[in-house]
Amino acid sequence: MKSTVIVFPGSNCDRDAAIALNKFNFKNSMIWHNESSLPKTDLVVLPGGFSFGDYLRTGCIASKSLIINDVVQHAKKGGLVLGICNGFQILLETGLLQGTLLRNKKLRFISKNVYLKVTNNENSFCNNYKKNKIIELPIAHNEGNYFANKGILKDLEQKNLIAFKYCNIKGDFNEDSNPNGSLHNIAGILNVEKNILGMMPHPERLIDSILSGEDGSALFESLHKFK
Amino acid sequence: MVQHYLKVYINLNSMKITDEIIDKHGIKQDEYKKIISLIGREPNLLELGIFSAMWNEHCSYKSSKKYLKNLPTKSKRVIQGPGENAGVVDFDDDDAIVFKIESHNHPSFIEPYQGAATGVGGILRDVFTMGARPIATLNSIHFGDQEHPKTKNLLNGVVSGIGGYGNCFGVPTVGGEVKFNSSYNENILVNAMAVGLVKKNKIFYSKAEGLNQPVIYVGSKTGRDGIHGASMASAEFDEDAEEKKPTVQVGDPFTEKLLLEACLELMKDDSIISIQDMGAAGLTSSSVEMASKGNLGITINLDQVPCREEKMLPYEIMLSESQERMLLILKSGKEESAKKIFQKWNLDFSIIGKTTNSKNLILNFNNQEVANLPLSSLANNAPQYDRKWTKTVISKKKQVQSKYNRFGILDSLKKILMNPNNSEKSWVWQQYDQTVMGDTIQKSGGDAAVVRVHGKKKGVALTVDSSANYCLANPLEGGKQVVCEAWRNLIASGANPIAITNCLNFGNPEKEEIMGQFVEVIDGISQASKYLDFPVVSGNVSFYNETKSKAIAPTPTIGGVGMIKDINNMITINFKEIDNYIFVIGKTSGHLCQSEFFNIIVGDNDGPPPQVNLFNEKSNGLAVKDLISKKLVKSVHDVSSGGIIVALTEMCIKGKIGAKIKIPQNKINLQEYLFGEDQSRYLIEVNNKNKEKVSKFLEKNNTYYEIIGKTHKESLDIDKEFNIKLTDLYQFNSFWFNNYFKENQ
Repeated sequence: MKSTVIVFPGSNCDRDAAIALNKFNFKNSMIWHNESSLPKTDLVVLPGGFSFGDYLRTGCIASKSLIINDVVQHAKKGGLVLGICNGFQILLETGLLQGTLLRNKKLRFISKNVYLKVTNNENSFCNNYKKNKIIELPIAHNEGNYFANKGILKDLEQKNLIAFKYCNIKGDFNEDSNPNGSLHNIAGILNVEKNILGMMPHPERLIDSILSGEDGSALFESLHKFK
Repeated sequence: MVQHYLKVYINLNSMKITDEIIDKHGIKQDEYKKIISLIGREPNLLELGIFSAMWNEHCSYKSSKKYLKNLPTKSKRVIQGPGENAGVVDFDDDDAIVFKIESHNHPSFIEPYQGAATGVGGILRDVFTMGARPIATLNSIHFGDQEHPKTKNLLNGVVSGIGGYGNCFGVPTVGGEVKFNSSYNENILVNAMAVGLVKKNKIFYSKAEGLNQPVIYVGSKTGRDGIHGASMASAEFDEDAEEKKPTVQVGDPFTEKLLLEACLELMKDDSIISIQDMGAAGLTSSSVEMASKGNLGITINLDQVPCREEKMLPYEIMLSESQERMLLILKSGKEESAKKIFQKWNLDFSIIGKTTNSKNLILNFNNQEVANLPLSSLANNAPQYDRKWTKTVISKKKQVQSKYNRFGILDSLKKILMNPNNSEKSWVWQQYDQTVMGDTIQKSGGDAAVVRVHGKKKGVALTVDSSANYCLANPLEGGKQVVCEAWRNLIASGANPIAITNCLNFGNPEKEEIMGQFVEVIDGISQASKYLDFPVVSGNVSFYNETKSKAIAPTPTIGGVGMIKDINNMITINFKEIDNYIFVIGKTSGHLCQSEFFNIIVGDNDGPPPQVNLFNEKSNGLAVKDLISKKLVKSVHDVSSGGIIVALTEMCIKGKIGAKIKIPQNKINLQEYLFGEDQSRYLIEVNNKNKEKVSKFLEKNNTYYEIIGKTHKESLDIDKEFNIKLTDLYQFNSFWFNNYFKENQ
């Protein structure tokens, strides 16, 4: 399977994403934001980091990069797109996913491992997780507080487009298990066609037992089942 | 102060240098005389500014040089010792580790967010200037009393500044220490350490070589920020500290990230002759250092320096400390290909001058020569002082049992755990991205942080330590102790300690007692680092941490680096299984003066600190290291502030496993045994199967040990005293920060 990681000025998880993709046997290429077209690819990854310094608004300037036109085309044709952290913020700015990410409720950067429940595993990204499985992944962000209007939230819930929700080790959703104030404890969402996933936690950082866990691995393994 | 003169600054040569101007530049009258004799005339204002930047304490080390020379700086592994942007040690195969620690104390007190952020930015540049990709940062930060009106704001600002810079840059902040003491009320300490990985054959240095080679300016534009920052950091604060805000630089971690990638891209081929970041004293010190190291001259056309603001004057351009800038000397002919790389990353690239054989620094502006100084006068001939110093008087006070045996163990433990110095610090660490780059295998909260060398089996163990109260009570013993503490922390993670970097934070060296603290601390550091073959490869000195004549406690901060050959042999402090034996390695004699128990519980700050016996230190440490590599131990934690009981508590909380302790029959009482801070000790966890093997090994090795109990379920039980649930201990330990910031995170 072929993957492409887009590198923006200020991306800083691009290498981590590439390492994870290589580990899971993707043939990966790195594409500079200023390129006009994508190479032939099954999956596009928008990595974490601080694209363009997160100046103006997180993900905003990156969403206007030249390569994004082709990423949108790729997505519209049903190609897979994964946005992690800053990549999720970029996806929201492009309009490929709905809603927005506000500053964390406590107005602080948060870096820690959190528990997530896989609330939808019927998609290309999560099919290797059992439904409602509780997994542990790191988060590291300043703006991860998911917000959307009631209509969008209703849509997300009814159409089962929420892939991951923050929870505690027992799987409860409550304020204590919500690190950043996200509505409905949302940590990651899909588009209606389920070929686009945006998520705040970093699966690429937990793919190695020596790094305290491998719960990120199943996401990359899931992608190989994509037809 | 500077702006005032700039208003009248039209023609450099027409302005008379008055005594007041000299004084405002921090130059003493006899130093001014020396300038005249070195250059054979009076300097103009720009030249005076340049001397002031190069001759201040921060850049010239004029008070410390004499003593820094005594530090051991060599070992089989040292590739580059002090004198470069950072130190370099051999890390086996074709790898080397580049690292350094630096202070950013004065700016952080004036503007905590930017001061701390640019402290991180500066030290990262020092590391990637040498061709290394930064793989970790650490920090040591010291604040005043929790009740002091400035503390909360400073703590909050410094932590978010450190996080703000490192997180955006994309390097994990993996460890550090946060301490509080009233001596830092008006002078906080922000010491940042960066660690990078480089191929041994791709290390870049700052020494210029070759005539007529182009001098290139890359990175951000030069603005009017940070002018005379280094001079500001070379004087005490007075009432107008707040007015010094314009001397604080403003950081842009995004540009730094671009600069990193652009520099590393350029470094892939062999275009660069030498490279130096523009840190303290900006363009002045970088150009002077590069040229003087190469015994060359340098000519710079200031019209070519990219400026952020219009009509910037040579004085401002040369003394600005704007961040995220580098000076390169390229091989001529490589300008175009290099320029393309910097353009790709949207960074300025400007050819501003060339190397010459004049051995002078010549500056041109508007087709006029505005400065012409012999480089030797700025660098090698900078003043050096042999300052007067006095030996610190060491208190000979003895411990008197009746003064402390009435304090209950459990109650004391609670109070110690709830004290900000010992409190669990996730409030701080969670604001730092600890896992970016995907190689952090041990985060903050253990003895050492460990970062895997990407794609390999080996790991870099890292620690930062200081023990100011020991150093205040006895600078010589304190200096020794802090090196040993760093060594011990590396040992306790399973590493082979390699080398250290030091950040020496002191008051005003013009005072004999402060200079005395410095001299003795250096002596202590030297003795320990020599004995342990743990040389100093980089560092900096920060004097004048003093406000209204009140100095900080002498605070040498030691950053230690070690190697774990196989990361599967890494060990952590958390108890692993129930029913394992707990050994104390090293002798406990119950030294309580200067301990947390005395400071926090008894309220007694008098008396000598615990002594370090270097022989025992090495022998105990090597024994523990052997046990780890033989895989005979399950967990290891060094015993440091708070003594055995605090170390035990930390192992329990981290491992979520309790311990049942029966104190061996001792001549010393319970407070002494549990809270004593005798040095060179470790706690280790050993399973039933290996108990005999471990005991025999230690006996054969003549290592003193005691078995004090076993791990068990969910509580800490001290025989005949108390038992307490781990969840309660955790509550006490995590109370302070959340309460201080009224958060429940």
